[in-house]
Amino acid sequence: MVAKPKKNNMLKRLSSPAILSIASTAGALIFTSLILWMAGAQPGLTFQKILIGAFGDSVKIANGLVVWAPLSLIAGALIITFIAGLWNLGIEGQIMLGAIFTTGAMRLFENSSISPTLIIILSCLVGMVGGAFWAALTGILRLYGGVNEIFAGVGLNFVATALSLWLIFGPWKRPGVGSMSGTEPFNERLWLVQIPGYRLSIWSLILVVVVYIGLFILLKKTRFGIQIKAIGKNLEAARLMGIQTRKLMMLAMLLCGALAGLAGALQVVGVYHRLIPSISSGYGFLAMLVAMLANNDFFLTLVVAYLFSILNIGGIQLPINLHLDSTLSGVLQAVLVLFFLVMNGLKQRLMGRKERSRDAE
Amino acid sequence: MFSNKMKVVFALLMVTTLLLTACAKGTSEPAADAENGENFVFGLLMVGAYNDQGWSQAHYDAGLYVKEQIPGTEMVYIDKVNTADRPGTTPAQLAEELVAQGAKLIIFNSDDMKDGAHEFAVAHPEITVIHASGDGAWVEGNAYQNLPNLTNVMPRMEYGKEMAGCAAALTSTTGQIGYLGPLINEETRRLAASAYLGAKYCWENVAGKDPAALTFEVKWIGFWFNIPGVTSDPTQVADDFYNRGFDVVISGIDTTEALTEAKKYMDEGSTVYAIPYDFMGACDQASDVCLGVPYYNWGPSYVEYIQAAMDGTFAPSWDYLNPDWTDLNNVDTTALGFIKGDAFSEENGVKLDDFIAALAGGLNLWTGSLNLQDGTAFLADGEVATDYQVWYLPQLLEGMTGLSTPAE
Repeated sequence: MVAKPKKNNMLKRLSSPAILSIASTAGALIFTSLILWMAGAQPGLTFQKILIGAFGDSVKIANGLVVWAPLSLIAGALIITFIAGLWNLGIEGQIMLGAIFTTGAMRLFENSSISPTLIIILSCLVGMVGGAFWAALTGILRLYGGVNEIFAGVGLNFVATALSLWLIFGPWKRPGVGSMSGTEPFNERLWLVQIPGYRLSIWSLILVVVVYIGLFILLKKTRFGIQIKAIGKNLEAARLMGIQTRKLMMLAMLLCGALAGLAGALQVVGVYHRLIPSISSGYGFLAMLVAMLANNDFFLTLVVAYLFSILNIGGIQLPINLHLDSTLSGVLQAVLVLFFLVMNGLKQRLMGRKERSRDAE
Repeated sequence: MFSNKMKVVFALLMVTTLLLTACAKGTSEPAADAENGENFVFGLLMVGAYNDQGWSQAHYDAGLYVKEQIPGTEMVYIDKVNTADRPGTTPAQLAEELVAQGAKLIIFNSDDMKDGAHEFAVAHPEITVIHASGDGAWVEGNAYQNLPNLTNVMPRMEYGKEMAGCAAALTSTTGQIGYLGPLINEETRRLAASAYLGAKYCWENVAGKDPAALTFEVKWIGFWFNIPGVTSDPTQVADDFYNRGFDVVISGIDTTEALTEAKKYMDEGSTVYAIPYDFMGACDQASDVCLGVPYYNWGPSYVEYIQAAMDGTFAPSWDYLNPDWTDLNNVDTTALGFIKGDAFSEENGVKLDDFIAALAGGLNLWTGSLNLQDGTAFLADGEVATDYQVWYLPQLLEGMTGLSTPAE
């Protein structure tokens, strides 16, 4: 009987977020090391190269932030739908539509007398509309068509890919040439201003900060935030409580789509300066892993997004220095999430056992 | 609120750092990794895999050739430089990664890297830039940019494709020749058209067959190699050709699906052949269905550029290189070649040799009268196409089936 409180304390400690994070990170590193070792690579050197590739100089650090900005925006967007209990797998398509709408607006305004700054702002806003529009289609299919949002979203991702390819190889092709390198690059005056010597725009970082403050207020301090949380916890109960579930779920989708569209716009005005076939860079699915690993926590989302950005940028060193496929950094990202989920499951079991032992007392 | 989280974050980072540091102990840097003060490091960006048995491997092997020919050179490279395989990166950004490894000269190996090559050349005037297949350094070209550190190089593969077309026409019994094309641009149009011109010439003048009985169809997959969900699947496109009675497929893409599918059909009892592209060893994958391969030999030109960069004598140029007509397959002198495959008959081999000798002697298949696909006159009777006309061919030629421009 005397040992029980100690045991409960130990279980409590074991299930703390810190231990959970450390254990899942360590587990992922050990597991990935095993894969690397089996592939004939030196795990230590591989990880070292990833770190050097991400932090070796200021350009590399800035390149990491170039990835971090859209990834954070998209992960933040997904928090809204995750809290509302919606699995918005159509996020990739929403990023693409944001980029397509932005490119369309830029093409429309590029030869006008409007100032470049205004063109960029207008185009980004149009991009947000594009993302929201694509999310609305998923929302309508889910809420009014009875189609699960996962299937609707994935289906719309394919349509978005086809649409961007058609535009790049068709109506928006370069003069006489359809190219996988995308549409004709925009004039430099229409590029988001970059820090001299770097690919990073300070505006994309400011945008992330502003959006996260907005999201924090919206989800933590407003009635909307509380209500979509209630919907996410228990849809039926929320409905019985008189919450307009359809309207709010659609609103969550629209907000998520708008932010994803903004990320797509950033890819156009700040990174590639044109529309390319893989304009989303796969950040939509990556952001899902980020949001899952961070458990929808804003601060952790930003941190995990940065960790994943480091892996993305640092992973480039693998083919250069070690002749390894850089997708190994993707393996590390996926394994991190898997280990976290396993550890989370373990936590639930430990907590369950703790509660049972408390009941027995 | 953040204090506990900060603990988590710090703990996470600490564990990561400690593990990495611990793991890194006792490891050593690979030779090509270090910035070697004595060695001249050159960088190579390849659009496909370095061992793709096609375009990228031809460049990779040229890099190895340079290392062999010029002592004291080191190669650093990144392959699969395309937005599908390396999302979130740009060619210019990846070139900078190679510069960080000590590279003083960067080779961009794809027309699709044109923007990146130019952006990088402008931002890094101290680095020599070789762009394979572009036209940015061509004073008379449409995309000329006056950059002191940029050179374009492209072998006149039109000759290689004419040889491929001839080999196909001499072998085909159905008179149906398929061309497995990548994406549609000036380069791919002129290469497909060259294959057609070679096929037409040999079908009519060497085999003495009825011109009306020759079908030459081009199918574009959308890129230089298969990208699932983005391009058409080259395996399916090749299968479609063979299923419809085409007995020879000439590949214009960087990978060997036409060849491997021909092998599959041959094993099932069909008599079909393929002609791969780019890489001199491409036939090895299925030699019994391979009629031959027109290939690039970048090594000698890269040796020249890299030596010039090392000596400080580099000057920008646009180089449209001829094969060594005196010794077509001499790897030390030619810019392109054609290796006959095991499936190509000896009798036809002799005819092809005669055709190659005629090309070496001045036979120019880009001589009028030739019409564009829509019937517009391209070259008047007896008119010889200029480099400009060939390079920027606006459509396929009359007599070819397939799209001249991407569908809108």
